[in-house]
Amino acid sequence: MTNAVSIRPDRPALPEWVRRLPEYLMIWVPLLLSAAHLVSFSLWTIWISFTPSTLVPVSGWVGLRNYSAVAASRNWQIAFDNLLLFGSSFVLLSLVTGLALAILLDQRIRGENVLRSIFLYPLAVSFVVTGTVWSWLLNPGLGIQKLVHDLGWTSFKFDWLIDRDMAIWTIVIAAIWQSSGFAMALFLAGLRSVDADIIKAAQIDGAGPVRIYRRIILPSLWPITITVVVIQLQFAISTFDLVRALTNGGPGIATQLPALVVYDLMFQRSLLGRGAAAAVLMLLILLAVLLPYAAWRYIQRRRAAHA
Amino acid sequence: MRESSFAPSRILIYLVVLLIAAAWLAPLAVVVLNSLRSNEEIAQGSMIGWPQHWAWSNYLTAWSGFCVAETCAGIRPYMLNSALITIPATIFSTLLGAIAGYAVSLWRFRGDTWIYGIVTLGLFLPQQMRLLPWTIVLRDIGLINTLAGLVLIHTIQGLSFTTLFCRNYYVAIPHELIRAARIDGAGFFRIFWRIILPLSGPILVVTVIWQFTHIWNEFLYGVTFTSGQQQPVTAALIALSAAVADIPQHGVQSAAVIIAALPTLLIYLLGGKYFVRGLTAGAVK
Repeated sequence: MTNAVSIRPDRPALPEWVRRLPEYLMIWVPLLLSAAHLVSFSLWTIWISFTPSTLVPVSGWVGLRNYSAVAASRNWQIAFDNLLLFGSSFVLLSLVTGLALAILLDQRIRGENVLRSIFLYPLAVSFVVTGTVWSWLLNPGLGIQKLVHDLGWTSFKFDWLIDRDMAIWTIVIAAIWQSSGFAMALFLAGLRSVDADIIKAAQIDGAGPVRIYRRIILPSLWPITITVVVIQLQFAISTFDLVRALTNGGPGIATQLPALVVYDLMFQRSLLGRGAAAAVLMLLILLAVLLPYAAWRYIQRRRAAHA
Repeated sequence: MRESSFAPSRILIYLVVLLIAAAWLAPLAVVVLNSLRSNEEIAQGSMIGWPQHWAWSNYLTAWSGFCVAETCAGIRPYMLNSALITIPATIFSTLLGAIAGYAVSLWRFRGDTWIYGIVTLGLFLPQQMRLLPWTIVLRDIGLINTLAGLVLIHTIQGLSFTTLFCRNYYVAIPHELIRAARIDGAGFFRIFWRIILPLSGPILVVTVIWQFTHIWNEFLYGVTFTSGQQQPVTAALIALSAAVADIPQHGVQSAAVIIAALPTLLIYLLGGKYFVRGLTAGAVK
């Protein structure tokens, strides 16, 4: 003790690391907690997916049995097919809607701010609220169909909500309403960042607005398009609340999606091993989207650095 | 990019935009109008209609009257739950994210890029991968079915977003500023307090709005880790529609939906610019 003090007499009494302890704690504890929970929870779920766990997690090894059980279940097969249909149609339609809205708003129209707020406000509302509201509007006995019937057109039919084959489209409708504004916001930012000089040069050369859009503006938007697609796909893959509130997976299991299967297996049927396997399958689907995207971003960046 | 004139094409543009805007507003309008119609009036017609008698009492019933399961306290206790989850979790995750963002962008320490890289993976990892571990952890530390448990979850998970937002904002601050302050003997906290925080206004607003909106609107964790009287309002809305399935009370339910959506809608109206900035910042990860 006395030695340490006598070697460095000008130092404060507390060693450096003690003095800086609050700082280390403040830096490391939150970051470590966050990183550790992400890594360990993922590994934990992956591990459970290989165990025969049912009501409680147990050790043991069943190999891929949980995975084959999930993949063979009708529930998962329907959920997967639905995800393909919902994911592709929702992403495509919200992309088209978002781009159309962005182009329309880019025409120097009055009240652009108000209009933009109108297209974006659904994003501030929870999926539970969105789903509930659309479940009323699309309910044939309550919503649009009932209104049209009351107005006198009694043969009008709009009952997708209770139609096994069409019910998935009600989720597409609600999802488009909720998140086209997001695509619009990103596209609008992209449209505004196109070099004005290039456009002016094209105008001087006599190009009309349609031609300018097709040849100059839209081609410059494709990096944004890819970002929008990836984010919307990420949303589609993890969709849960919206379906829970809108159709609750029904009629029957017609609008089942992977996230609902996971919840059902884990917390309603108490098949933890299978639930974990379904969650890992969800992660794999997500990675199938994100890894190519990450690779593309990496290549883009390297190119930008070399240029 | 064109001169404004009243050419037919411009009228067409306005017509299309206004039509779509009307379609986007329609669901909100329908619910607001329904929240002011009596249950009987809705039952006679459709859910789309103008109130014949303004049934303001729907809001009172929704707020403190209707029954979910055995308790008849309306939506009020669940709104309170949501507030008690959302406000602390927003404050904690924003503050810790600001410090972490400052640490990885300006202070720098060994391993900062690594740990930052792992933390941002949280933006992508599906909630489903964390459901079982959180259940087990919350049970072991005695926080299952408590508001504190949800505050903990949202704080830790929110860090991925808040750290990213703040870090991306702070990298633009010149390093010389920090270096000079360090030479003058300022430590980690002093620099944060004196230099970083005063510059952080806009990004803190963006982060707070983002976190508040997301935590308030979150459903999966709320419904998984809490039950009965401990549930946040999103889970209570689902429980309400299940509870009244036999005798629908669409007027009261609409009022409940409006009340539940009001906090985030108000924040959007007041801070729309920052809300959009958060959306685009989250997008360009």
